[in-house]
Amino acid sequence: MPELLIELLSEEIPARMQKRAEDDLARALKDKLAAAGIEAKAIKTFSGPRRLVAVIDDLPARTPDVSEERKGPRVGSPEKAIEGFLRGAGLASIDQAQIVEDKKGAFYVARIDRKGAATADLLRDVLPDIIRAFPWPKSMRSGESNLLWVRPLQNIACVFDGVEVVIDVDGVPSRAQSRGHRFHAPDWFAIQNFADYAKKLEAAHVMLDREARKAVIAERANALCAAKGLALVEDAGLLEEVAGLVEWPVPLLGDMDAAFLDLPADVIRLTMRTHQRYFAVRDAKTGALAPHFVTVANIEAKDGGAVIAKGNRRVLSARLNDARFFWEQDRKTPLFTDERKAKLQRIVFHQKLGSVWDKVERVKALALELCDVTGANRDWVAQAADLCKMDLVTETVQEFPELQGQIGRQLYLEQFAVLPREGGGDREATGGGVSSAGVESIAAAIEDHYRPLGPNDRVPTDKVAITLALADKLDTLVGFWVIDEKPTGSSDPFGLRRAALGFVRIVLERHLRLPLEIELFARAVNTMQTYAKYEVREIPLGRISDPEPVVRRTHATVLAFLADRLKVQLRDQGKRHDLVDAVFALGDDDLVRIVARVEALDAFLKNEDGANLLAGYRRAANILAAEDKKGKGLTDAENAAPVDSTLLQEPAEKALAAALHTATPAARAAVGKEDFAAAMKALSALRAPVDAFFDAVLVNAPEPALRRNRLKLLLDMRDALHAVADFSKIEG
Amino acid sequence: MTASAKQGSAPRCFQDVILALQTYWAEQGCAIVQPYDIEVGAGTLSPMTTLRALGPKPWRAAYVQPSRRPKDGRYGENPNRLHQHHQFQVILKPNPPDMQELYLNSLVAVGIDPLVHDIRFVEDDWENPTVGAWGLGWEVWCDGMEISQYTYFQQVGGLDARPVSGELTYGLERFCLYVFNIERVYDLPYNDPQSPYPLTYGDVFLKNEQQQSRFNFELSDADQIQRWFEDAETQAARLLQAACVLPAYDYTLKASHLFNLLDARGVVSPTERQSFIARVRDLAKGCAQAWEAGER
Repeated sequence: MPELLIELLSEEIPARMQKRAEDDLARALKDKLAAAGIEAKAIKTFSGPRRLVAVIDDLPARTPDVSEERKGPRVGSPEKAIEGFLRGAGLASIDQAQIVEDKKGAFYVARIDRKGAATADLLRDVLPDIIRAFPWPKSMRSGESNLLWVRPLQNIACVFDGVEVVIDVDGVPSRAQSRGHRFHAPDWFAIQNFADYAKKLEAAHVMLDREARKAVIAERANALCAAKGLALVEDAGLLEEVAGLVEWPVPLLGDMDAAFLDLPADVIRLTMRTHQRYFAVRDAKTGALAPHFVTVANIEAKDGGAVIAKGNRRVLSARLNDARFFWEQDRKTPLFTDERKAKLQRIVFHQKLGSVWDKVERVKALALELCDVTGANRDWVAQAADLCKMDLVTETVQEFPELQGQIGRQLYLEQFAVLPREGGGDREATGGGVSSAGVESIAAAIEDHYRPLGPNDRVPTDKVAITLALADKLDTLVGFWVIDEKPTGSSDPFGLRRAALGFVRIVLERHLRLPLEIELFARAVNTMQTYAKYEVREIPLGRISDPEPVVRRTHATVLAFLADRLKVQLRDQGKRHDLVDAVFALGDDDLVRIVARVEALDAFLKNEDGANLLAGYRRAANILAAEDKKGKGLTDAENAAPVDSTLLQEPAEKALAAALHTATPAARAAVGKEDFAAAMKALSALRAPVDAFFDAVLVNAPEPALRRNRLKLLLDMRDALHAVADFSKIEG
Repeated sequence: MTASAKQGSAPRCFQDVILALQTYWAEQGCAIVQPYDIEVGAGTLSPMTTLRALGPKPWRAAYVQPSRRPKDGRYGENPNRLHQHHQFQVILKPNPPDMQELYLNSLVAVGIDPLVHDIRFVEDDWENPTVGAWGLGWEVWCDGMEISQYTYFQQVGGLDARPVSGELTYGLERFCLYVFNIERVYDLPYNDPQSPYPLTYGDVFLKNEQQQSRFNFELSDADQIQRWFEDAETQAARLLQAACVLPAYDYTLKASHLFNLLDARGVVSPTERQSFIARVRDLAKGCAQAWEAGER
């Protein structure tokens, strides 16, 4: 069956836009063809710096004939309605419509028969629409054309079934032709079909397939390194980008002055990556950065690339000299200076939440509140808080924002953790009166207080770092909730979901017993009030013992938000969402305990006793609910009264009462000790008595007193289970 | 690149590059105009580009533009930072379909062989808020070094630029440092090193860099410059009212440069800065609109 080949040849398409353009083109083609009744089964797309290509195999030569019936207005409807119907159905007069009778009366019906069209004609029709409406992130006009495209569009090649289809879009040339590499093979050549096209392109120094380009880059770059005992520093994002910058990738190994290696390794790597799109290279044995780089040229240079490598070396030296200048500037002063502090005071964190320095002060106050829970040294926490955002105004971080935290850590360590002095001098008391352990802690906190930055990032381990990381995130969450800037849908400009997940992960992975009580939020909101310099001040706050609505609202909503993140987290770990709900329904605010409950519940329900007890629970709950519904349930007073043992008649109900008598306090005690597995075990002793009870005892006994007592027994059983989880939320 | 590319004889000095580019672009039908005689921060700001990019009339021009950036002065002590550098500026309106090839051939004309050097077009969108202008294009890399800016103007003065102009800017000092493999700008040969009186870039410009830096950072009278700014602003506004666009634009450029001087002197607070920029932008937009209206 016929094949369709489309090539949109243009001037250089930004690398970051190429892949998405392939998807957009495929989707648009699929939709437009589908609208004409053609299913495009397999659309292959390609992209590179100069071309966007789609190939569809197996298209029919014609679109199918379509016949449809369209029901119109009732016979005798007003003129207006009839006119509208004729227009919509494409009829010239009402005589062309048929009259059909149904239960509701007589109606006009138009029968529309559309002959299929040649697919080539369809393409002439729809391709201009696709091209004109193409969703480039940024597009432009060129010369006198009205067309919006990412960069000037030079040719639209469309070949269907071996025949050129001329596409008319705002005067853009449309020939069944293409051209190869800009410098190696710029001449136009004719295109017959995809196989022919791909072959000619390859001969013309164009590697059409992005994956092939990536493979060549990776393979040759690795080979170049290996030949010198080096190894490439892998970087998937960079590889993707570079594959979008070249049509004929030729990796070259360059070298640089080894003296630059005294710069922080990440500064070197990022200078290479951000400014020059070079891969960093490391020593294959030691893993340390080596004084080399790999650049990917777009040509087979006449001289084998010597000039290119030399030129790039020069450019890199200039860049690294800049980076060194920044780094040396930064190292001239200790991390904390009044000047840096003043700069932080001028950087707006959020218009309504004050400056970055305001945030530092809030984080410090909150972090000190958290020390009891985390067990961190208060002095160290206070020092780390003052220092943690200082590097944001260093030259190096301004140049490379990704290095926030890392640069602060390095500067701090350089300043305090001096190398052992000659004559056996020690490292004690070098950090502003802090021991060497303190210095390490504070350094870790400066670097790690942003962490974890996502589900896969590491969680801080140092206690000071943990404390600061929690305070930083809690302040962010509370702050944005107080000013009502919550994430909506996929939009989360302030990274609140990340902050919440980070908070949850730290608490769980570091096993922190941090009850998310209202007092904590009252303190957070209070700090907010003290240190934010803007509107927040106007929010009236009462005393902590009498929290005002803003505290209550913030507590409830932030807690719910954290709970959502926890649910997502647990679900990602394969925990059933209904079990999570069953535990959350208890209103617990201790994340560690919540997870312990979910885990115990999960294990419990997987064994037979648990599953059966759940069945018994449901039976009991159904009976209680049914009685309530009939208005024959227990009154509050009856609820409060204990089971009357004198009214127990049947052996099975006596047995259940006895079992409850033992199991309930045992389960409660275990819950008190947070030994949820033991609590579940105690409860599983109820399984046999519950089963026996339902087999032998009639709950709805004729005597009201007996009936009430038995309902009460069921209620006790339900309550016993609720000590662990709300079993009513469990599904399946 | 087309077969018509002429390999230039390798340039030996700064002015060879200028001459080769002028000759090349003159052959492409450009008017070779002379540097604009009012201080500008970039070749784009010359009315030969900014204003000519507006309106329906075709236009092709090329020129060298000394570009003054007072804040970048380094007393002649930095190897490549200058208070005044030189841009070679080309504008083609409407941009021809083969503009990229014309550009690449200009590189060949100054001795760059694209099968020896790695030439790349790397995404770089251009924006100049002061004149309400933006465009899409690239920075052009030669062996990893940025040698030109290449832009298709989309808007100028907040107005759609139709037809679209293609603009090329070659940073001449940087370009020459690279081509001649020289580290320090003052060591660049300015004229032919074989000439009886060889001159370096330093011979021509070092004193200027030293003295202008002193002026920019130490000696300029901020109060007086502030007054001049206001005078230039008033003058421009008055001229605009009289629909006398080109003089109005001259005084807008003056105001812009005077602001740059104040900024270099370190007397502009961040809030004031925004306000200064907004004042210049309003004038520039007014000029752009008045010019465009006059071209229709």
